[in-house]
Amino acid sequence: MSEAGGNAGAAHNQASSAVRLTAIRIRLNGSAVADDVPPRLSLADFLRERRNLTGTHLGCEHGVCGACTVLVDGEPARSCLMLACACDEREVETIEGFAGDPVIDALRRTFHQHHALQCGYCTPAMLITARDLILRQRAGSAREIRDGLAGNICRCTGYTNIVTAIAEAARELRRGAANAQ
Amino acid sequence: MKAPAVDYVRPGSLAEAIDLLAKSQDEARVIAGGQSLVAMMNLRVAVPRLLIDIARLPELTAVADDTEAVTLGACVTHAAIEDARIADPSRGLMPKVASGLAYRAIRNRGTIGGSLALSDPAAEWPGVLTALDAEAMLCGPTGRRSLKCAEFTTGIFETRLGPDEIVESIRIRKLSPEARWGYVKLCRKSGEFASALAVVVCDRALGYWRVVLGAANGAPLVLESASRVVSEGAMGQLQEAVRDDLDRAADRHFDEFQLNLHTVVAMRAAQQALS
Repeated sequence: MSEAGGNAGAAHNQASSAVRLTAIRIRLNGSAVADDVPPRLSLADFLRERRNLTGTHLGCEHGVCGACTVLVDGEPARSCLMLACACDEREVETIEGFAGDPVIDALRRTFHQHHALQCGYCTPAMLITARDLILRQRAGSAREIRDGLAGNICRCTGYTNIVTAIAEAARELRRGAANAQ
Repeated sequence: MKAPAVDYVRPGSLAEAIDLLAKSQDEARVIAGGQSLVAMMNLRVAVPRLLIDIARLPELTAVADDTEAVTLGACVTHAAIEDARIADPSRGLMPKVASGLAYRAIRNRGTIGGSLALSDPAAEWPGVLTALDAEAMLCGPTGRRSLKCAEFTTGIFETRLGPDEIVESIRIRKLSPEARWGYVKLCRKSGEFASALAVVVCDRALGYWRVVLGAANGAPLVLESASRVVSEGAMGQLQEAVRDDLDRAADRHFDEFQLNLHTVVAMRAAQQALS
Protein backbone atom coordinates (compact mmCIF):
# COMPACT_ATOMS: atom_id res chain seq x y z
CA MET A 1 0.00 0.00 0.00
CA SER A 2 1.46 3.33 -1.03
CA GLU A 3 1.20 6.15 1.48
CA ALA A 4 2.09 9.63 0.30
CA GLY A 5 3.85 11.91 2.75
CA GLY A 6 1.09 14.48 3.22
CA ASN A 7 2.43 17.88 4.18
CA ALA A 8 5.92 16.63 4.83
CA GLY A 9 8.84 17.80 2.72
CA ALA A 10 10.11 16.06 -0.40
CA ALA A 11 13.10 14.64 1.44
CA HIS A 12 10.73 12.95 3.81
CA ASN A 13 8.77 11.42 0.97
CA GLN A 14 11.94 10.08 -0.52
CA ALA A 15 13.09 8.65 2.76
CA SER A 16 9.90 6.71 3.39
CA SER A 17 7.86 6.55 0.21
CA ALA A 18 6.52 3.20 1.37
CA VAL A 19 5.53 3.09 5.01
CA ARG A 20 5.82 -0.34 6.51
CA LEU A 21 2.68 -2.17 7.52
CA THR A 22 2.42 -3.22 11.13
CA ALA A 23 1.06 -6.62 12.07
CA ILE A 24 -1.58 -6.55 14.78
CA ARG A 25 -3.50 -9.17 16.66
CA ILE A 26 -6.45 -7.96 18.65
CA ARG A 27 -9.38 -9.57 20.36
CA LEU A 28 -12.36 -7.88 18.71
CA ASN A 29 -15.80 -8.47 20.22
CA GLY A 30 -14.52 -11.74 21.60
CA SER A 31 -12.87 -13.06 18.43
CA ALA A 32 -9.18 -13.12 17.60
CA VAL A 33 -8.41 -10.87 14.64
CA ALA A 34 -5.09 -10.45 12.85
CA ASP A 35 -4.31 -7.85 10.19
CA ASP A 36 -1.50 -5.77 8.71
CA VAL A 37 -2.25 -2.09 9.00
CA PRO A 38 -0.55 1.13 7.97
CA PRO A 39 0.45 2.81 11.25
CA ARG A 40 -1.55 5.93 10.51
CA LEU A 41 -4.82 3.97 10.43
CA SER A 42 -7.01 4.90 13.38
CA LEU A 43 -8.80 2.23 15.34
CA ALA A 44 -12.08 3.80 14.17
CA ASP A 45 -11.16 3.45 10.50
CA PHE A 46 -9.87 -0.05 11.11
CA LEU A 47 -13.21 -1.04 12.66
CA ARG A 48 -15.36 0.66 10.04
CA GLU A 49 -13.41 0.02 6.87
CA ARG A 50 -11.62 -3.26 7.51
CA ARG A 51 -14.06 -5.02 9.83
CA ASN A 52 -17.29 -3.44 8.55
CA LEU A 53 -18.26 -2.55 12.12
CA THR A 54 -20.02 0.66 11.18
CA GLY A 55 -21.78 1.14 14.51
CA THR A 56 -18.68 3.08 15.57
CA HIS A 57 -19.24 6.58 14.22
CA LEU A 58 -16.85 9.39 13.42
CA GLY A 59 -17.77 12.99 14.08
CA CYS A 60 -14.89 15.33 14.80
CA GLU A 61 -11.87 13.01 14.57
CA HIS A 62 -10.04 14.92 17.24
CA GLY A 63 -11.46 13.57 20.45
CA VAL A 64 -14.15 16.12 21.22
CA CYS A 65 -17.48 14.68 20.02
CA GLY A 66 -17.23 11.20 21.51
CA ALA A 67 -19.15 9.46 18.69
CA CYS A 68 -16.31 6.98 18.13
CA THR A 69 -16.12 5.74 21.74
CA VAL A 70 -15.43 1.99 22.05
CA LEU A 71 -14.01 -0.15 24.83
CA VAL A 72 -10.28 -0.86 24.80
CA ASP A 73 -9.30 -3.40 27.44
CA GLY A 74 -12.71 -2.85 29.00
CA GLU A 75 -12.43 0.92 29.29
CA PRO A 76 -14.02 3.58 27.09
CA ALA A 77 -11.58 5.10 24.61
CA ARG A 78 -11.77 7.37 21.59
CA SER A 79 -11.19 5.16 18.58
CA CYS A 80 -10.32 8.24 16.49
CA LEU A 81 -7.41 8.98 18.86
CA MET A 82 -6.07 5.44 18.98
CA LEU A 83 -3.97 4.04 16.22
CA ALA A 84 -5.00 0.54 15.24
CA CYS A 85 -1.36 -0.55 15.52
CA ALA A 86 -1.26 0.61 19.15
CA CYS A 87 -4.16 -1.78 19.89
CA ASP A 88 -1.99 -4.82 19.18
CA GLU A 89 -2.61 -7.46 21.86
CA ARG A 90 -5.50 -5.48 23.32
CA GLU A 91 -9.19 -6.27 23.58
CA VAL A 92 -11.62 -4.05 21.71
CA GLU A 93 -15.38 -4.06 22.03
CA THR A 94 -17.69 -2.12 19.78
CA ILE A 95 -21.42 -1.53 20.00
CA GLU A 96 -21.87 -4.68 17.87
CA GLY A 97 -20.30 -6.76 20.65
CA PHE A 98 -22.63 -6.31 23.61
CA ALA A 99 -25.20 -9.06 22.95
CA GLY A 100 -26.51 -10.28 26.29
CA ASP A 101 -24.83 -7.53 28.32
CA PRO A 102 -27.37 -6.71 31.04
CA VAL A 103 -26.40 -3.02 31.32
CA ILE A 104 -26.55 -2.40 27.58
CA ASP A 105 -29.84 -4.33 27.42
CA ALA A 106 -31.34 -2.08 30.09
CA LEU A 107 -30.01 1.05 28.38
CA ARG A 108 -31.37 0.00 24.99
CA ARG A 109 -34.78 -0.53 26.56
CA THR A 110 -34.84 2.80 28.41
CA PHE A 111 -33.41 4.75 25.44
CA HIS A 112 -36.32 3.30 23.43
CA GLN A 113 -38.93 4.02 26.10
CA HIS A 114 -37.75 7.59 26.74
CA HIS A 115 -37.12 8.47 23.10
CA ALA A 116 -33.50 9.19 23.92
CA LEU A 117 -32.35 9.52 20.33
CA GLN A 118 -33.38 11.27 17.18
CA CYS A 119 -30.89 10.83 14.36
CA GLY A 120 -29.03 8.15 16.31
CA TYR A 121 -25.55 9.18 15.26
CA CYS A 122 -24.30 9.64 18.82
CA THR A 123 -26.28 6.70 20.24
CA PRO A 124 -23.78 3.80 20.08
CA ALA A 125 -21.18 5.85 21.94
CA MET A 126 -23.80 7.21 24.33
CA LEU A 127 -24.70 3.62 25.23
CA ILE A 128 -21.06 2.63 25.76
CA THR A 129 -20.36 5.75 27.85
CA ALA A 130 -23.57 5.32 29.86
CA ARG A 131 -22.70 1.69 30.53
CA ASP A 132 -19.36 2.78 31.93
CA LEU A 133 -21.00 5.46 34.11
CA ILE A 134 -23.41 2.90 35.54
CA LEU A 135 -20.69 0.32 36.16
CA ARG A 136 -18.49 2.90 37.89
CA GLN A 137 -21.50 4.09 39.91
CA ARG A 138 -21.38 7.55 38.40
CA ALA A 139 -25.03 7.64 37.34
CA GLY A 140 -26.62 8.45 40.66
CA SER A 141 -28.10 11.85 39.84
CA ALA A 142 -28.99 13.83 36.73
CA ARG A 143 -26.12 16.18 37.47
CA GLU A 144 -23.64 13.34 37.74
CA ILE A 145 -24.91 11.81 34.50
CA ARG A 146 -24.65 15.13 32.67
CA ASP A 147 -21.12 15.55 33.93
CA GLY A 148 -20.22 12.06 32.73
CA LEU A 149 -21.76 12.71 29.32
CA ALA A 150 -19.86 15.96 28.76
CA GLY A 151 -17.58 14.19 26.31
CA ASN A 152 -20.40 12.85 24.13
CA ILE A 153 -22.09 15.42 21.94
CA CYS A 154 -25.69 15.02 20.78
CA ARG A 155 -26.91 17.71 18.44
CA CYS A 156 -30.56 16.55 18.29
CA THR A 157 -32.05 15.82 21.67
CA GLY A 158 -30.82 18.46 24.07
CA TYR A 159 -29.78 15.52 26.30
CA THR A 160 -32.89 15.61 28.52
CA ASN A 161 -34.25 12.26 27.38
CA ILE A 162 -30.80 10.69 27.29
CA VAL A 163 -30.21 11.66 30.92
CA THR A 164 -33.66 10.36 31.88
CA ALA A 165 -33.05 7.06 30.10
CA ILE A 166 -29.66 6.52 31.77
CA ALA A 167 -31.06 7.38 35.21
CA GLU A 168 -33.91 4.94 34.64
CA ALA A 169 -31.57 2.14 33.52
CA ALA A 170 -29.33 2.78 36.53
CA ARG A 171 -32.34 2.58 38.87
CA GLU A 172 -33.60 -0.60 37.21
CA LEU A 173 -30.22 -2.25 37.56
CA ARG A 174 -29.86 -1.18 41.20
CA ARG A 175 -33.31 -2.60 41.96
CA GLY A 176 -32.40 -5.81 40.15
CA ALA A 177 -29.15 -6.09 42.12
CA ALA A 178 -30.96 -5.42 45.42
CA ASN A 179 -33.60 -8.06 44.63
CA ALA A 180 -30.95 -10.59 43.77
CA GLN A 181 -29.37 -10.29 47.21
CA MET B 1 -9.15 14.40 8.84
CA LYS B 2 -6.80 11.46 8.85
CA ALA B 3 -3.31 11.28 10.28
CA PRO B 4 -0.42 11.56 7.81
CA ALA B 5 1.65 8.54 6.84
CA VAL B 6 4.01 7.56 9.61
CA ASP B 7 6.15 4.67 10.77
CA TYR B 8 5.54 3.03 14.11
CA VAL B 9 7.70 1.14 16.52
CA ARG B 10 7.04 -0.23 19.98
CA PRO B 11 10.38 -0.65 21.76
CA GLY B 12 10.75 -3.17 24.57
CA SER B 13 12.64 -0.91 26.97
CA LEU B 14 13.20 2.73 27.79
CA ALA B 15 16.84 2.45 26.71
CA GLU B 16 15.74 1.20 23.31
CA ALA B 17 13.18 4.00 23.03
CA ILE B 18 15.84 6.63 23.76
CA ASP B 19 18.20 5.03 21.29
CA LEU B 20 15.54 5.19 18.58
CA LEU B 21 14.72 8.78 19.49
CA ALA B 22 18.37 9.85 19.41
CA LYS B 23 18.86 8.22 16.00
CA SER B 24 15.71 9.73 14.49
CA GLN B 25 17.19 13.22 14.09
CA ASP B 26 14.12 15.08 15.19
CA GLU B 27 11.77 13.19 12.89
CA ALA B 28 10.30 10.98 15.61
CA ARG B 29 7.71 11.74 18.22
CA VAL B 30 7.24 9.75 21.38
CA ILE B 31 3.65 8.57 21.79
CA ALA B 32 2.13 7.46 25.09
CA GLY B 33 -1.64 7.85 25.37
CA GLY B 34 -1.69 9.81 22.13
CA GLN B 35 -4.70 11.82 23.26
CA SER B 36 -3.14 15.08 22.10
CA LEU B 37 -0.62 13.79 19.57
CA VAL B 38 -3.07 11.74 17.49
CA ALA B 39 -5.54 14.64 17.50
CA MET B 40 -2.72 16.92 16.32
CA MET B 41 -1.77 14.37 13.66
CA ASN B 42 -5.39 14.10 12.51
CA LEU B 43 -5.41 17.89 12.18
CA ARG B 44 -2.00 17.73 10.43
CA VAL B 45 -0.54 20.06 13.02
CA ALA B 46 1.97 17.35 13.91
CA VAL B 47 3.59 15.43 11.07
CA PRO B 48 6.12 13.05 12.61
CA ARG B 49 7.88 10.46 10.47
CA LEU B 50 8.14 7.89 13.21
CA LEU B 51 6.10 7.18 16.32
CA ILE B 52 7.88 5.56 19.24
CA ASP B 53 5.19 3.99 21.41
CA ILE B 54 6.21 3.99 25.08
CA ALA B 55 2.75 3.48 26.60
CA ARG B 56 3.37 -0.07 27.78
CA LEU B 57 6.97 0.15 28.98
CA PRO B 58 7.00 -1.31 32.49
CA GLU B 59 9.59 1.29 33.64
CA LEU B 60 7.12 4.04 32.75
CA THR B 61 3.97 2.60 34.25
CA ALA B 62 5.51 1.81 37.65
CA VAL B 63 4.65 3.69 40.82
CA ALA B 64 7.07 3.90 43.78
CA ASP B 65 5.79 4.90 47.18
CA ASP B 66 8.46 5.72 49.80
CA THR B 67 8.21 7.56 53.08
CA GLU B 68 8.79 11.01 51.62
CA ALA B 69 7.39 10.94 48.14
CA VAL B 70 5.46 9.09 45.49
CA THR B 71 7.12 8.63 42.11
CA LEU B 72 4.70 8.17 39.25
CA GLY B 73 5.87 6.61 36.01
CA ALA B 74 5.29 8.99 33.13
CA CYS B 75 2.73 6.65 31.56
CA VAL B 76 0.40 6.53 34.56
CA THR B 77 -3.02 7.49 33.20
CA HIS B 78 -5.26 10.29 34.42
CA ALA B 79 -7.93 7.66 35.16
CA ALA B 80 -5.57 5.71 37.46
CA ILE B 81 -4.97 8.93 39.39
CA GLU B 82 -8.69 9.79 39.40
CA ASP B 83 -9.63 6.39 40.81
CA ALA B 84 -6.77 6.49 43.35
CA ARG B 85 -5.66 3.10 42.02
CA ILE B 86 -2.16 4.29 42.83
CA ALA B 87 -0.69 6.01 45.86
CA ASP B 88 -1.76 9.64 46.21
CA PRO B 89 0.89 11.98 47.66
CA SER B 90 -1.41 14.99 47.44
CA ARG B 91 -4.15 14.18 49.95
CA GLY B 92 -6.88 14.25 47.34
CA LEU B 93 -5.72 17.10 45.13
CA MET B 94 -4.49 14.97 42.23
CA PRO B 95 -7.59 12.72 42.07
CA LYS B 96 -9.74 15.87 42.11
CA VAL B 97 -7.74 17.39 39.26
CA ALA B 98 -7.82 14.17 37.23
CA SER B 99 -11.58 13.80 37.62
CA GLY B 100 -12.15 17.08 35.78
CA LEU B 101 -9.51 16.60 33.11
CA ALA B 102 -11.11 16.11 29.67
CA TYR B 103 -13.46 13.11 29.53
CA ARG B 104 -13.26 9.63 30.95
CA ALA B 105 -12.50 8.09 27.55
CA ILE B 106 -9.53 10.47 27.26
CA ARG B 107 -8.47 9.94 30.88
CA ASN B 108 -8.31 6.19 30.34
CA ARG B 109 -5.51 6.64 27.81
CA GLY B 110 -3.91 10.03 28.43
CA THR B 111 -0.87 10.11 30.72
CA ILE B 112 0.55 12.53 33.27
CA GLY B 113 4.00 12.44 31.64
CA GLY B 114 2.52 13.13 28.23
CA SER B 115 0.62 16.09 29.57
CA LEU B 116 3.77 17.50 31.15
CA ALA B 117 5.94 16.82 28.09
CA LEU B 118 3.47 18.60 25.81
CA SER B 119 2.84 21.43 28.31
CA ASP B 120 -0.31 22.76 26.72
CA PRO B 121 -0.70 26.08 28.54
CA ALA B 122 -4.35 25.28 29.36
CA ALA B 123 -3.63 21.78 30.66
CA GLU B 124 -3.96 20.89 34.33
CA TRP B 125 -0.84 18.95 35.25
CA PRO B 126 1.92 21.49 34.57
CA GLY B 127 0.31 23.96 37.00
CA VAL B 128 -0.70 21.36 39.57
CA LEU B 129 2.73 19.73 39.57
CA THR B 130 4.33 23.15 39.95
CA ALA B 131 2.06 23.84 42.92
CA LEU B 132 3.08 20.51 44.46
CA ASP B 133 6.77 21.32 43.91
CA ALA B 134 7.12 18.07 41.95
CA GLU B 135 10.25 16.99 40.11
CA ALA B 136 10.39 15.42 36.66
CA MET B 137 12.99 12.76 35.94
CA LEU B 138 14.21 13.01 32.35
CA CYS B 139 16.07 10.21 30.66
CA GLY B 140 18.35 10.72 27.66
CA PRO B 141 21.25 9.01 25.88
CA THR B 142 23.79 10.34 28.38
CA GLY B 143 21.79 9.48 31.47
CA ARG B 144 19.20 10.93 33.76
CA ARG B 145 18.61 14.36 35.20
CA SER B 146 15.89 15.72 37.40
CA LEU B 147 14.24 19.06 37.04
CA LYS B 148 11.59 20.83 39.11
CA CYS B 149 8.32 20.93 37.22
CA ALA B 150 8.29 24.66 37.97
CA GLU B 151 11.35 24.94 35.71
CA PHE B 152 10.41 22.26 33.22
CA THR B 153 7.77 24.21 31.33
CA THR B 154 9.19 27.39 29.83
CA GLY B 155 6.33 28.65 27.67
CA ILE B 156 3.43 27.71 25.44
CA PHE B 157 4.15 24.10 24.43
CA GLU B 158 7.78 24.84 25.33
CA THR B 159 9.82 22.86 27.82
CA ARG B 160 13.40 22.06 28.78
CA LEU B 161 12.98 18.49 27.54
CA GLY B 162 15.81 17.76 25.09
CA PRO B 163 14.99 16.38 21.63
CA ASP B 164 16.49 13.02 22.63
CA GLU B 165 15.02 12.90 26.14
CA ILE B 166 11.91 11.21 27.50
CA VAL B 167 10.06 12.10 30.69
CA GLU B 168 10.55 8.97 32.77
CA SER B 169 8.75 9.75 36.00
CA ILE B 170 7.46 12.46 38.26
CA ARG B 171 8.35 12.58 41.92
CA ILE B 172 5.84 14.27 44.18
CA ARG B 173 6.66 14.96 47.80
CA LYS B 174 3.93 13.78 50.17
CA LEU B 175 1.88 16.47 51.77
CA SER B 176 1.58 16.28 55.55
CA PRO B 177 -1.71 15.42 57.25
CA GLU B 178 -2.09 19.14 58.10
CA ALA B 179 -1.81 20.20 54.48
CA ARG B 180 -4.67 22.00 52.77
CA TRP B 181 -5.21 22.66 49.11
CA GLY B 182 -7.58 24.53 46.86
CA TYR B 183 -8.25 23.90 43.19
CA VAL B 184 -10.49 25.89 40.88
CA LYS B 185 -10.78 25.37 37.14
CA LEU B 186 -13.02 27.59 35.09
CA CYS B 187 -14.33 26.25 31.82
CA ARG B 188 -17.66 26.58 30.08
CA LYS B 189 -18.28 22.85 29.79
CA SER B 190 -17.15 19.97 32.03
CA GLY B 191 -13.89 18.56 30.77
CA GLU B 192 -12.87 21.40 28.49
CA PHE B 193 -9.47 23.00 28.63
CA ALA B 194 -9.39 25.68 31.32
CA SER B 195 -10.10 29.35 30.71
CA ALA B 196 -8.49 29.93 34.09
CA LEU B 197 -7.08 27.59 36.67
CA ALA B 198 -5.65 28.11 40.14
CA VAL B 199 -3.99 25.71 42.55
CA VAL B 200 -3.14 26.58 46.13
CA VAL B 201 -1.14 24.25 48.36
CA CYS B 202 -0.50 25.11 52.03
CA ASP B 203 1.50 22.78 54.17
CA ARG B 204 2.42 24.36 57.50
CA ALA B 205 4.28 21.24 58.66
CA LEU B 206 6.59 21.48 55.64
CA GLY B 207 6.69 25.29 55.74
CA TYR B 208 5.40 25.31 52.19
CA TRP B 209 2.86 27.60 50.54
CA ARG B 210 2.32 28.13 46.85
CA VAL B 211 -0.33 29.76 44.68
CA VAL B 212 -0.10 28.88 40.98
CA LEU B 213 -2.12 29.88 37.94
CA GLY B 214 -2.54 27.69 34.89
CA ALA B 215 -3.99 28.70 31.52
CA ALA B 216 -1.80 31.77 31.96
CA ASN B 217 -0.65 32.47 28.37
CA GLY B 218 2.58 30.60 29.03
CA ALA B 219 4.20 28.43 31.65
CA PRO B 220 2.37 28.00 34.97
CA LEU B 221 2.57 31.29 36.84
CA VAL B 222 3.68 31.15 40.48
CA LEU B 223 2.09 34.07 42.36
CA GLU B 224 4.84 35.03 44.80
CA SER B 225 3.04 37.80 46.71
CA ALA B 226 -0.15 35.76 46.95
CA SER B 227 1.83 32.78 48.20
CA ARG B 228 3.35 34.93 50.94
CA VAL B 229 -0.03 36.36 51.93
CA VAL B 230 -1.49 32.85 52.08
CA SER B 231 1.42 31.73 54.29
CA GLU B 232 0.53 34.55 56.70
CA GLY B 233 -3.15 33.71 56.49
CA ALA B 234 -3.82 37.36 55.70
CA MET B 235 -6.82 36.85 53.46
CA GLY B 236 -7.72 40.56 53.60
CA GLN B 237 -4.60 41.35 51.57
CA LEU B 238 -5.00 38.53 49.09
CA GLN B 239 -6.80 40.30 46.28
CA GLU B 240 -4.25 43.09 46.23
CA ALA B 241 -1.40 40.59 46.30
CA VAL B 242 -2.87 38.63 43.36
CA ARG B 243 -3.28 41.88 41.41
CA ASP B 244 0.34 42.82 42.16
CA ASP B 245 1.51 39.43 40.93
CA LEU B 246 -0.56 39.76 37.77
CA ASP B 247 0.73 43.28 37.17
CA ARG B 248 4.28 41.98 37.40
CA ALA B 249 3.45 39.38 34.75
CA ALA B 250 3.01 42.03 32.07
CA ASP B 251 4.75 39.79 29.53
CA ARG B 252 1.71 37.49 29.62
CA HIS B 253 -0.43 40.20 28.01
CA PHE B 254 -3.57 39.34 29.95
CA ASP B 255 -6.62 41.29 28.86
CA GLU B 256 -9.00 42.67 31.45
CA PHE B 257 -11.33 39.67 31.22
CA GLN B 258 -8.45 37.26 31.83
CA LEU B 259 -7.17 39.38 34.73
CA ASN B 260 -10.60 39.08 36.32
CA LEU B 261 -10.80 35.33 35.73
CA HIS B 262 -7.32 34.74 37.14
CA THR B 263 -8.05 36.87 40.19
CA VAL B 264 -11.33 35.08 40.82
CA VAL B 265 -9.88 31.57 40.56
CA ALA B 266 -6.88 32.47 42.73
CA MET B 267 -9.15 33.94 45.40
CA ARG B 268 -11.54 30.99 45.35
CA ALA B 269 -8.75 28.43 45.48
CA ALA B 270 -7.10 30.25 48.38
CA GLN B 271 -10.41 30.41 50.24
CA GLN B 272 -10.86 26.65 49.69
CA ALA B 273 -7.39 26.00 51.04
CA LEU B 274 -7.73 28.23 54.08
CA SER B 275 -11.35 27.60 55.01
